[in-house]
Amino acid sequence: MSEITLQIDGREVAARKGMTVLEAAKKAGISIPTLCHHEKLEPYGGCRLCTVEVEERGRTKMVAACLYPVEKDLVVKTRTEKVDRIRKMILELLLAHAPDAFELQDLALEYGADRDRFEKESSFCLHCGLCVRYCAEVKKKNAIGFINCGTRREISFIPEIASKECWNCKECFPLCPTEALQAAFVLTKALVFPSPLSELKG
Amino acid sequence: MARINSAAELEELRKDIVSKRDAAKPCVAICAGIACLGPGNDRVISAFEEEIRKQSLEARVEIRATGCHGFCEKGPIAIIYPGEICYLQVTPEDVPEIVSQTIVGKKVIDRLVYTDPDTGEKAARQSEIPFYRNQMRLLTGNSTRINPKSIEDYLAIGGYAALAKALFEMKPDQVIEEIKKANLRGRGGGGFPAGSKWQTARNAPGEEKYVIVNAHEGEPGAFMDRALFTGNPHLVLEGLIIGAYAIGSHRGFIYTRHDTPQLRENIAIALAQAEEYGLLGENILGSGFNFNVEVHLDVGIFVSGESSALMRSIEGKAPEPRPKYIRTSVSGIWDRPSNLNNVETWANVPQIISKGSGWYGSIGTDRSKGTKLISLSGNICNTGVVEVPMGTPLREIIYGFGGGIPNGKKLKAVHFGGPMGGSIPESLIDSPLDFDVLAELGTSLGAGDMLVMDEDTCMVEMARYFLDFLSGESCGKCVPCREGIRQMLKILTNITKGKGKEGDIQLLEEIAGVAGEAALCSLGRSIAKPLYSVLKYFRDEFEAHIKEKRCPALSCQELAASGGAKEK
Repeated sequence: MSEITLQIDGREVAARKGMTVLEAAKKAGISIPTLCHHEKLEPYGGCRLCTVEVEERGRTKMVAACLYPVEKDLVVKTRTEKVDRIRKMILELLLAHAPDAFELQDLALEYGADRDRFEKESSFCLHCGLCVRYCAEVKKKNAIGFINCGTRREISFIPEIASKECWNCKECFPLCPTEALQAAFVLTKALVFPSPLSELKG
Repeated sequence: MARINSAAELEELRKDIVSKRDAAKPCVAICAGIACLGPGNDRVISAFEEEIRKQSLEARVEIRATGCHGFCEKGPIAIIYPGEICYLQVTPEDVPEIVSQTIVGKKVIDRLVYTDPDTGEKAARQSEIPFYRNQMRLLTGNSTRINPKSIEDYLAIGGYAALAKALFEMKPDQVIEEIKKANLRGRGGGGFPAGSKWQTARNAPGEEKYVIVNAHEGEPGAFMDRALFTGNPHLVLEGLIIGAYAIGSHRGFIYTRHDTPQLRENIAIALAQAEEYGLLGENILGSGFNFNVEVHLDVGIFVSGESSALMRSIEGKAPEPRPKYIRTSVSGIWDRPSNLNNVETWANVPQIISKGSGWYGSIGTDRSKGTKLISLSGNICNTGVVEVPMGTPLREIIYGFGGGIPNGKKLKAVHFGGPMGGSIPESLIDSPLDFDVLAELGTSLGAGDMLVMDEDTCMVEMARYFLDFLSGESCGKCVPCREGIRQMLKILTNITKGKGKEGDIQLLEEIAGVAGEAALCSLGRSIAKPLYSVLKYFRDEFEAHIKEKRCPALSCQELAASGGAKEK
């Protein structure tokens, strides 16, 4: 793997080709906030909280650091007015779901996000997909998945798999940024009312 | 049917088909398109078959069930050749008279021909009807002349000659060069130059490459691709095979909607026939070039039409856009170079190869070449599909082809590009149909869906409608899109119900800005485009809703009830 250098927040940073901006920043001790990122899982690009500004051939654009590959002489800015504005809005949108999640509260403080900007939503889920992807990629059980689409997207346990696998596992619970409240709710629902078809029909 | 093994054999076969046909033989071409199925075109076709049997004319008269004729407003349509007599809104009861009077008696039935609503003037021939008169039907003109289920009909009009020319007279690079010189731009919405995309896919490393037809027409108000593809499937297929040859691909996909049974049937028949004739499969036309095509169906969600979501869907995964920062023409389906073009883009390819880029470049504007299919709908007299040269003033499309606004109402706005497009006000309709001009105005040509709105349309409601559509049609994976839609929809719904607050517009703009910058895919980054265009041109309507609790179009019912309707 060949070494390249790029610039992050004005610092020269060495990285290996194939790394993402997030990995290169982490290696250099520069912190970029994430919610849906997990080292054991494939990059997901769902929360967009790691959005940074990159400059390439004179043009700036906003990209997700967890997915954007490093390039020679790439110029990355992890804290600009625009980046902060995006992160603040993302946090406010998520705080409508999980206003008491510690991770969100810490970030809200840093980015000046107002936890009450939007009316509270009934679901706690932030759709980070950590539970879904951990079950699929690490445990290879697929006991939990996403159903429906758009604003109706939710997590859902598959009763037939969950009733066999989940009692002794629940490894996905501690991954949840909302203290697994939504996961516990839907797992219970799946086990008490094991009718996958009614779930899918929503 | 034996396989065709060379360009010469193809030409021989064409001559043979044409020689067996009698141009003077009467033929009834009836629109079998899906839009006319509601008004009963299937019953009209059966009535013709029965009447012709009754009058023992089977040997003397041909009945041709064709694709969409475009003039959907007046369907079902029956055209009687060789005189090209065009009858509109034909019912089964009209059929015996048409057969005896027109087919046998060669007389025109006055009450069934087009009557100009203003002058009362009649037009008996299709080409005399104002709706058709000034169109340039390069892609759709043959739709009345062929049965989409018959490859012989397509061969008779010179079909697959462009493929033969590309395979035997041109190198792949020359084909790409020709498409580049023609400046063919993607008809799906982006307007990206097709030639450059092909070049990228050709140059991308890897043996295995794919070409794909995007026939996932999902925008509300878009029905031109379905009309074109259903009516002339071989035209699209021929374009695809030429593209595959140019790019160096041996496997193609047609991605279409599961809920288009007629289109699916016609595609399946076209593929089987093309293979039987040696135009698809191994050693096409004896050239040594191999190419196969498979059909993939969507799962019924708008975002499936987004290029990377479409490719993931073909891979067998959920149709979620792929978050990688690499072009699909370099790394698409199964991480292999994959060139995706829309139905209409592929359909343009054969004529560019046959007639040359010089000819093609003479049609249209400086930077938008060729013709464009437009599906006209909304508050317009003539709903239907028209094909016009790029550069045609929008006014001509609305008033010339479209016949203007019904019920004496005034035109208010025109919306292009569905939930990822924008609206422009009446004052701008002298603008030309052009990718770049429309983009500068804050809309987008989109796939060519043109939604005409009269003075009774509330623009706030219009913006709300598209977000409501997207709330169920985006994938819901990334926060700016999913949560942005959720909150913007709530705010807009409140405004239309008279619950708008000071600061709502600023908040909408703030959410829209974040979605536009930070969402994962092009759909997510475009969700606020209809809203932006409305804020740009109709901001006063928003303010009337919020500050005065009044809907200027008198459309929002809850505002009307609270006194907003007092002007009426």
